[in-house]
Amino acid sequence: MRLYAAVTMSGFRRYATYRVATAAGIFTNTVFGCIVAYTYMALWDQRPHLGGYDLSQALTFVWIGQALLAAVALLGGGFQEELQERIRSGDIAVDLYRPVDLQLWWLAGDLGRALFQLLGRGIAPMVLGSLVFELTLPRSALTWVWFLLSVALAVCVGFAVRYLVALSAFWLLDASGISMMSGLLCLFFSGMILPLNVFPGELGEVARTLPWAAMLQVPADVFLGEHRGLGLVRAFAFQAGWAAVLLAAGRVLQSVATRKVVVQGG
Amino acid sequence: MAESLRSRAYHGVRAYLLIVGMWVRSTMAYRTSFLIMTVGNFAATGLDFVVIALMFSHVGTLGGFTLPEVAFLYGTTSTAFGLADLILGSMDRVGRRVRDGTMDTLLVRPVPILAQVAADRFALRRLGRISQGLLLLVWSLVRLDIDWTVDRVLLVPVMLLSGGAIFGAVFVAGGAFQFWANDASEVQNSFTYGGNTLLQYPPTVFGREVLRGVTFVIPLAFVNWLPALHILRRDNPLGLPGQVGFAAPLVALGCCLLAGLLWRRGLRSYRSTGS
Repeated sequence: MRLYAAVTMSGFRRYATYRVATAAGIFTNTVFGCIVAYTYMALWDQRPHLGGYDLSQALTFVWIGQALLAAVALLGGGFQEELQERIRSGDIAVDLYRPVDLQLWWLAGDLGRALFQLLGRGIAPMVLGSLVFELTLPRSALTWVWFLLSVALAVCVGFAVRYLVALSAFWLLDASGISMMSGLLCLFFSGMILPLNVFPGELGEVARTLPWAAMLQVPADVFLGEHRGLGLVRAFAFQAGWAAVLLAAGRVLQSVATRKVVVQGG
Repeated sequence: MAESLRSRAYHGVRAYLLIVGMWVRSTMAYRTSFLIMTVGNFAATGLDFVVIALMFSHVGTLGGFTLPEVAFLYGTTSTAFGLADLILGSMDRVGRRVRDGTMDTLLVRPVPILAQVAADRFALRRLGRISQGLLLLVWSLVRLDIDWTVDRVLLVPVMLLSGGAIFGAVFVAGGAFQFWANDASEVQNSFTYGGNTLLQYPPTVFGREVLRGVTFVIPLAFVNWLPALHILRRDNPLGLPGQVGFAAPLVALGCCLLAGLLWRRGLRSYRSTGS
């Protein structure tokens, strides 16, 4: 356990090293947040209660999206390319004979990365956004606690999905095509490009049951206070359920991969 | 002087094309992968329009613009941006090259640095973005009922080319900026990808400060907003006359000159990491 905590810490420190890159990321998140916020204002101006949100809630959704974009790795990235590259080059063999669990090792590192990016790239855009636009911030401290819990679960689901994608490199070697598709699905079905309750009819209903919904839509709804009481428990169960299923699938795939696949290299 | 300038330009473009040809051949070694990536690029960039279409499933107009009108804006900026992205999309790698020291390799070759950096890892898959932009542009032209006059017909290709040049200037300026702040390549995304996203929506959606900023400070509005307002017979939200759209080529030229100067300054201030 101490080992994994150390891995998490070094994941945090590794990303914390790049201060200029973090500032650049904050700048970009803020610019995009502003652009999208204006388009939502035009949309909600004509349909004031679209998707059950009022304008202020919709704008808050935009900024939560920008704040979580890096932390939950909604555009992919983080450890994913690194693991893929290690599988392609054969370096994965070194990882496999280390006396640690492969999945937990990468999960620990990714949690460290997520924690840094939540603090480093999450807070500043949210504060800047709330200065320019009228946002709905939680009134009770408890909602903030629930939100952080929900974000933690979102990070786990995000990790589990990217881990599966990265492991596909065992069979495909070049997993960039799959990474791209996975990134697209995530952007579309997480609510990043448009809240899922604005999706029309059945598309919306299906989208809200998929794992990507656990990565942004659910944390955003928790933040906005859309889930209360039993609904809140259901929301957490939804996230935890997907996290458990996908992490388990990762373990199965990992054991199949390490047993059946011959490592690349001489 | 003029002669040597022309021969240098010729030399630069020729070198650019040679390096591009090399990367295209290397891409074509994995044909399936190339096809998948191009289709992926087409889908990824088209996702922006899916958002707009989803929005229009709830409303008839956005900021007073109909779906075909927004598609016209979308198609023009996507095509212009796609051109710049295809030709100069690798400019965001300058920072990485400075950091890992491979910029030195480029400096010792007898080829203009800009040509080398721009052609580096040339990605033909970026045709995906141009083709989806063109597709929506054609669709919008079929659906729109525009009173075509000679100047309006001419303005369409002019805006695509000068728009591409304006975005290209932003790419080069962004590349130059990375000589000073090599970790900050993401900042340029705000102006390239961010600018493209901005221009996909009607100008009426945004606040006046934003409009002033992209008209007078970073003249992205000349990529499509100002010419398109003239073509679509719309009033300028800032009260500028419709003919201002015809200034796009001049603005593009100015942007390219400025970006060129900036690039020279950046390159001069380059100090190798020495590793």
